[in-house]
Amino acid sequence: MKCYIGIDLGSTTTKAVLMDAGMEVLGQGITNSRSNYETAAAVAKQEAHIGARLTLFRRGLGDAVTGKNANELMEDLELNIRLEQFLEQLEDLRATCASHIRNGQAGVLEALTEVFERINAEAPGMFQRGARRRSDFFRDIAGSRVMHIGEEVAKTAGVSFETLLNLYDKSIIDVENRPPEGDMAAKYRRALHRVVESDPHLKVDEATAQDAMSKAVALELEETYVVGTGYGRVTLPFPKEHIRSEILCHGLGAHMMYPETRTVLDIGGQDTKAIQVDPQGIVENFQMNDRCAAGCGRYLGYIADEMNMGLHELGPMAMKATKSVRINSTCTVFAGAELRDRLALGEKREDILAGLHRAIILRAMSIISRSGGVTDEFTFTGGVANNEAAVKELRKLIHENYGDITININPASIYTGALGAAAFARRAVENGAGETAP
Amino acid sequence: MSTATERDEVVKEPSMLKQKEMIADNYDRLTRAQELGLKVSSTYVPGNLNELVMCFDMLNNLPEINAIQNGMRKKSGGLIMDAEKMGHSEDVCTYVKADIGNMAKGAIAPNGKPMPVPDLLLLSYTGCFTFMKWFELLRDQYGCRTVMLHVPYEGDGKITQNMRDYVVKQLKEEVIPTFEEVSGVKFDIDRLREYLRKSAEAEDNFVWVLESAKSKPSPIDAYFGGVFYIGPIFTAFRGTDDAVEYYEILRKEIEGRLAAGEGPVTPEGDMSEEKYRLVVEGPPNWTSFRDFWKMFYDEGAVVVASTYTKVGGVYDYDGFRHDPDKPLESLADYCLGCYTNRNLPTRVDMIESYIDQYEADGFLVNSIKSCNSFSAGQLMMMREVEKRTGKPAAFIETDLVDPRYFSPANVKNRLESYFQMIEQKRRGGGPPARAA
Amino acid sequence: MRKVSEIVEFCQELCEDLTFAAAREWKDAEPGRKVVGYMPVYVPRELIHAGGMLPLGILGGGDNLEVIHGDAYYQSYICRIPRSTVELAVTKRLDFVDGMLFPSICDVIRNLSGMWKMMFPEVYTRYFDVPQNYKDEIGGNYYEHELMELKQGLEGVCGRKIGDDDLRRSIAVYNENRRLVNAVYDFRTREPWKAPSWEVYLLIRAGMVLPVEAHSQLIEEYLAAAEAEDRPMRDNCRIILQGSFCEQPPLNLIKSIELAGCYIVDDDYMLVTRWLLEDVPSDGDPIRNLAQAFIKHSTETAAKYEPDGARKGKYLVDAVRTRAAEGVIFAAPSFCDPALAGRNIRRHHQTVG
Repeated sequence: MKCYIGIDLGSTTTKAVLMDAGMEVLGQGITNSRSNYETAAAVAKQEAHIGARLTLFRRGLGDAVTGKNANELMEDLELNIRLEQFLEQLEDLRATCASHIRNGQAGVLEALTEVFERINAEAPGMFQRGARRRSDFFRDIAGSRVMHIGEEVAKTAGVSFETLLNLYDKSIIDVENRPPEGDMAAKYRRALHRVVESDPHLKVDEATAQDAMSKAVALELEETYVVGTGYGRVTLPFPKEHIRSEILCHGLGAHMMYPETRTVLDIGGQDTKAIQVDPQGIVENFQMNDRCAAGCGRYLGYIADEMNMGLHELGPMAMKATKSVRINSTCTVFAGAELRDRLALGEKREDILAGLHRAIILRAMSIISRSGGVTDEFTFTGGVANNEAAVKELRKLIHENYGDITININPASIYTGALGAAAFARRAVENGAGETAP
Repeated sequence: MSTATERDEVVKEPSMLKQKEMIADNYDRLTRAQELGLKVSSTYVPGNLNELVMCFDMLNNLPEINAIQNGMRKKSGGLIMDAEKMGHSEDVCTYVKADIGNMAKGAIAPNGKPMPVPDLLLLSYTGCFTFMKWFELLRDQYGCRTVMLHVPYEGDGKITQNMRDYVVKQLKEEVIPTFEEVSGVKFDIDRLREYLRKSAEAEDNFVWVLESAKSKPSPIDAYFGGVFYIGPIFTAFRGTDDAVEYYEILRKEIEGRLAAGEGPVTPEGDMSEEKYRLVVEGPPNWTSFRDFWKMFYDEGAVVVASTYTKVGGVYDYDGFRHDPDKPLESLADYCLGCYTNRNLPTRVDMIESYIDQYEADGFLVNSIKSCNSFSAGQLMMMREVEKRTGKPAAFIETDLVDPRYFSPANVKNRLESYFQMIEQKRRGGGPPARAA
Repeated sequence: MRKVSEIVEFCQELCEDLTFAAAREWKDAEPGRKVVGYMPVYVPRELIHAGGMLPLGILGGGDNLEVIHGDAYYQSYICRIPRSTVELAVTKRLDFVDGMLFPSICDVIRNLSGMWKMMFPEVYTRYFDVPQNYKDEIGGNYYEHELMELKQGLEGVCGRKIGDDDLRRSIAVYNENRRLVNAVYDFRTREPWKAPSWEVYLLIRAGMVLPVEAHSQLIEEYLAAAEAEDRPMRDNCRIILQGSFCEQPPLNLIKSIELAGCYIVDDDYMLVTRWLLEDVPSDGDPIRNLAQAFIKHSTETAAKYEPDGARKGKYLVDAVRTRAAEGVIFAAPSFCDPALAGRNIRRHHQTVG
């Protein structure tokens, strides 16, 4: 079947969306951008393919499984495939680490093997429904487990933790840039088998399911047209007509999610953009933050570092505020000083954080104002859209300044750019391949 | 403004060679001033009274041009940091800091020889407050004679008789007597008239060149190419035979391109298809001039009119010419009419007329951190132009000669988004840009 | 008689009121009254007053105003005063202002005059240029014509001719106000512990929104009250604050400097009140008198050209002597071109001095 792929090469994450001819999203994938956009794009695309196979499998399964059971089945299946991928990469990491052991490092191989055996053993637990993972990226999971387990093992085995860590550091980049390439069809089959077997209450007939899976896996997903966007777009060997700016992709992506969208705000790690789109999703005007990074996601990153907190903990803490401390400068350079100054004055952390969230949203409001203000409907995307404190301030300020406006925030908003890119890919073919415009 | 050296490796048009020669000669004379027994005056491009300076057999040294030269030779970054180490704020104009940094290093001219200490600073205070501070710093440094020419701002968008009288009176009673004293040469108004006649002659051809961009495709780029075309008329050559000759040669070249239906010349040869016609507001970035230009011609974007090419005199918009019959009045009107000495509503009107007359597809602002005279209010100008013309506008930010403020990825990203937006709107046939 | 604290509290309310209620009240008290706003650093308020109008000093929104729309008009490297002033305007806090004067201080305020013309075409808006040449026949003559033009423009706002007698009376009223403002500064120089700078600041600041007569009265009241109050003298360091001739610092900054052990014995806040260094004659040709006062007897700032290089910064050296200061603090707002570009020169002369 014909497929249209959009890839958004962001500065921190790379996203891919795979779409069918009817402009329905079959699958989406995300990975960390690392320093290698080519691999990042390949990994994101592979993830999107997995999503697509699962969607096709679900379609093929039809009414054989329904309701809650179906949802659980799909969720478990996805987790199991992730587990398969994780284990394959983990084995690669182990082998690579082992290859770096120098002669004469007694006991290191044994310790290493022990570490990886333990991670192997706990892996299924990490990929269970409801389990909390720090991240879905291999590097993050493997890294944190090697750190944790490595320290214990080193202690008991009497080898230096440093040595183990060194092996990991030497290997991780290579491994990360060597995405799993084992036989996918077998992985789908194994995963499905494991799910059916471990969850008898789902009442799935394995033969029927495996049959649907085989068909889904056998279907050829033709890469009819690929469009790239995002910061890394120019580093990919894409012909020029396959590249769209993230502004255009974001506008169209937001339009795809919410067709009534007229104003889009995206607050990402590196920049903030306000985009005005027409009823067809065509960009009419856009403004981005200027040279100054004040008010971008990165600002929150600095604050988190300064407070020794995780980025995702900032919003919840700010929500506990009883008042909002006025922050006059969102200058990223002065973020630390501003913060310490308020703390020194005896202000509470949550109240300061509430003020900081307000300050970055105020910056965004200015950029929106620059682009022409807010017209119903308003769609908010980007990493900061997941931050409830930021969203709260935004709702308040939009209401105060522009009145009763519908505000859309999609949980999958991180895929907005890739979605727009996929839609551009579809439109390009519609208008005759090679056309540069929709 | 004088990058002939950079370009002629690739392109050798006669006009380029001519300008290169003129610039080399000028720096040669400047750096040998003492040996030649010539006195030197320093002044700025806006309100540059070159004809008057020549009346006293003095050389005209323009510090902005030296800063630009150092910018294009990638030297300004270090000079600016030197000036900052000397205590100059990070937020002060980088022309000033590049100049001050260069002075501290012996004020070396592009020909590698030291610049002369000026005998006179002509503080022509036109369209920029920083000029005043800059020459105060230089006066402090050199301890040389300084004469102020205060050019009032066209706050209501017009030159009043009071403004003109004030400037003329300063010329008569302050500037000319000071020049006579410093140079020992008596002022001869007929000599001034003769220079002004030559200025006007060159100005006619200069305007013809600018207006050639109304053709489709435009045979020139009126911003990146434009900075070469303004070279002689904005600097130490206005009123000279060299300038007259330069603009004749240039005009012939452009006539040739027009007849052949050719687009502009770029550092990489002739530009291919003209896809976007733009009007640009603001000075260019000098430290990455060629990379910046490339971002345009690679995408088929041609600048058909720019406001920067009006900063040292507006000759097209309301037809001003230096006038031998009214020598001092026309010098006054020249200063008063320079682009940044005009109020914002006039600047918006001017841009609107360029967009209409040159049939531009869009309006781009290159906002320069150093230059508040240009930059303060540009966001509003952009909105107003969008509203009036319905053409999409975009905003990028760079600096004059501070390489730290030119972020190629960022600028390129915005430009590409902008060009694609114009393209998309053109194809999608969407409604005109929403009024902000 | 009110106590010092009551007077100061009254002034602080005026300072913090971003709705300009006092000026609105004044305007509403009689039909036909007009208000003319002005920005730093100097305008001849006498002309506005002579037309029966209220001169209103606009110093931006200060540190208590959240700027949302104003930021949409300016890049991040442009100072705060224009953006907060635009914020005040677009949020209709200045909708009662019938005229706006933008003095010649820097390119940013200069360009704001053009923005105002585009944003509020119904408001009388003028860029008020002053001469940078101080000879009678050149700068003086030019300035007289500029004042005449301004007078004509203001006549259009108040709807009547501004007579020479009106103007002479206003000159006298402002002479009196200037004398009182200087008296406060002198009092603070003598006994800085009795007139803390944040109080002095608020007192002078009240003159930005109050009618001049009321302001003069307020100063007299403060002087008497402050003189009477018993306040302990501290072993503080006497300093002069420089660089805030346009955007005013947050009140807390002034307080912090004092808390840190300084007596501020001179400053360049709201220079409009002390711009002219001598009384303007209240007889003779009032326009000429105002022009002469400007070109002969006005203070020096970064925005003003000093023809004599040797005299540049002399005012500061003199001030250090007459105010018996022990140091100078440069406190320029971020991105302030004239203050920052002039900083090295002043530092240099200060060292020489």
